[in-house]
Amino acid sequence: MPLNRHPHIIDPDAFYEELINAQRDLSDEQAEMFLAKLVLILANHVGDRSVLSQAIALARANTLAVAPPH
Amino acid sequence: MLHTYTYPQYAYRQSDEQREGRRVRYPVVVIGAGPVGMTQALDCAFRGIPTVVLDDNNTVSVGSRAVCYAKRPLEIWDRLGLGDDLVAQGVQWKVGKVFFRDELVYQFDLLPEEHHKMPAMINLQQYYLEERLVRACDESPRVDLRWKHKVLAVEPQSDHVVLTVETPDGIFKMEASWLIACDGASSDTRRMIGADFIGQFFQDRFLIADVVMKADFPTERWFWFDPPFHRHQSVLLHKQCDNVWRIDFQLGWDADPNEEKKPERVIPRIQAMLGPDVPFELEWVSVYQFACRRIDRFRHGRVIFAGDAAHQVSPFGARGANSGVQDCDNLSWKLKAVLEGDAPESLLDTYHDERAFAADDNILNSTRSTDFITPKSRTSLRLRNAVLELARTEPFARPLVNSGRLSTPTPYVHSPLNTPDTEPFAGRMAPGTNCADAPIERDGRPGWLLNQLGDGFVLLSFGPAEPVRVGGVEARVLQVGRDLIDRAGVLAERYDGQPGTVYLIRPDQYVAARWRRFDRAAATVALARALSHANA
Repeated sequence: MPLNRHPHIIDPDAFYEELINAQRDLSDEQAEMFLAKLVLILANHVGDRSVLSQAIALARANTLAVAPPH
Repeated sequence: MLHTYTYPQYAYRQSDEQREGRRVRYPVVVIGAGPVGMTQALDCAFRGIPTVVLDDNNTVSVGSRAVCYAKRPLEIWDRLGLGDDLVAQGVQWKVGKVFFRDELVYQFDLLPEEHHKMPAMINLQQYYLEERLVRACDESPRVDLRWKHKVLAVEPQSDHVVLTVETPDGIFKMEASWLIACDGASSDTRRMIGADFIGQFFQDRFLIADVVMKADFPTERWFWFDPPFHRHQSVLLHKQCDNVWRIDFQLGWDADPNEEKKPERVIPRIQAMLGPDVPFELEWVSVYQFACRRIDRFRHGRVIFAGDAAHQVSPFGARGANSGVQDCDNLSWKLKAVLEGDAPESLLDTYHDERAFAADDNILNSTRSTDFITPKSRTSLRLRNAVLELARTEPFARPLVNSGRLSTPTPYVHSPLNTPDTEPFAGRMAPGTNCADAPIERDGRPGWLLNQLGDGFVLLSFGPAEPVRVGGVEARVLQVGRDLIDRAGVLAERYDGQPGTVYLIRPDQYVAARWRRFDRAAATVALARALSHANA
């Protein structure tokens, strides 16, 4: 199955708000842990190894394509 | 220092050849009387090859060392008649607990697959295993186990190897048609041959302690990540026999091993780990380091490497001794076929193909465990801790927790000895896979499939079949329903044994080929191929 790279989230503004709000009162440490857990929870939900590999590759390529901050 | 164990001192005997000043050539000489060297000798003997074992020492391993023996090595030792004794002496655990910092993350019950003669694993101190192997060597008329024989030099020739050996009576020379080096991770033979030992993925140090518990303590495997009594490292506790418990403290590469080994440092740590009310006695403590690497080629002409001399892995998953014993299993029947002139020498190159593939698989698995246990960056530490925290309540995260994956045999999926399937089969028994055991009945008595396979090639058939022959090698027929009864139906299920199905099984109990009906020509070609005959 190909990774869905098209908009797929209904009401994206509300989703993004929820994501931000969920870590607003957390310390940086907790917030990083929150993100790590979210990745794992969603990865398990997806399950499909090929989709996960494409997502990992995309995140990595997208990061490397951006010039590193000074 | 040990309270529960007295080291045997085995007698040195001068050989007749040294006394009489004769130079003798033996078909097989093994260097090193550890678990792998002795298993190698016993398996060669089982296949009819007289074998000499040389060891520079005269006792068994000091301290418990390798502790956990998995099903496949147990099946190999069972083929050699030692399985029941080892299982009876060993300890089996069922409950495993995983701790993160100061809390229990989760616990699990090992639910081993039913209907196998051998258990999924046993824990047993290495010295007990070696003692049993020494006894078996002494009882075998074909094994000549020589203590206090130190190999000083190895000179490979085109069709044999000359060994210079030192004993308490001086130095003498002997010859081996084939030399098998089972002399451990720091193998002198490997150095003398000049073979590369490559692929060093990481380095770490472990403090290992044997502890005698003075009171009841549960037979469970406990694994800690980042415990309060040993911050930022891992600790493993498991039981052996005689109420001796083995504790592995990961030290990291920077720790000072001599400092860490001091009782005044070790004892408080163990007390903190077990709790203040648990009385214990420290029996043995040692520091060792490991790397993950393997030899370039398992076969260097007439010198063949097995066990730690050929590959070294981290301790996670008990892959050291367990894979070494499987090296022996793979090598002996091939040596026998070559020595008898039934197979070309190229059959021995498939020992490298198959066992280097397994070694790489073991290194991969142990590297994955190490990356989970010792994360190498801030983010990998974060992800690892996220998995552990989730695992407290979320079953989905538990399979991601990697404190070592128990050693299971690596199927030789790319082996040139396999004949690929031409028809569909269900289940796991593809060519290159070790045969799963199954309960059977023979002559009205219950038994096990693996015990029926004997020492040669077998055609395991679920219908009519006839023996086939290539040169001096015959594959005999073992017909389900005629020679043995599959009362429970487990055999047919594991082998997808529809009527007519035939498996060609190698002497090391690996599947070489299979068909839905017996065909003499196809079976003969597959047998020739499994013996590495060209153009088969």
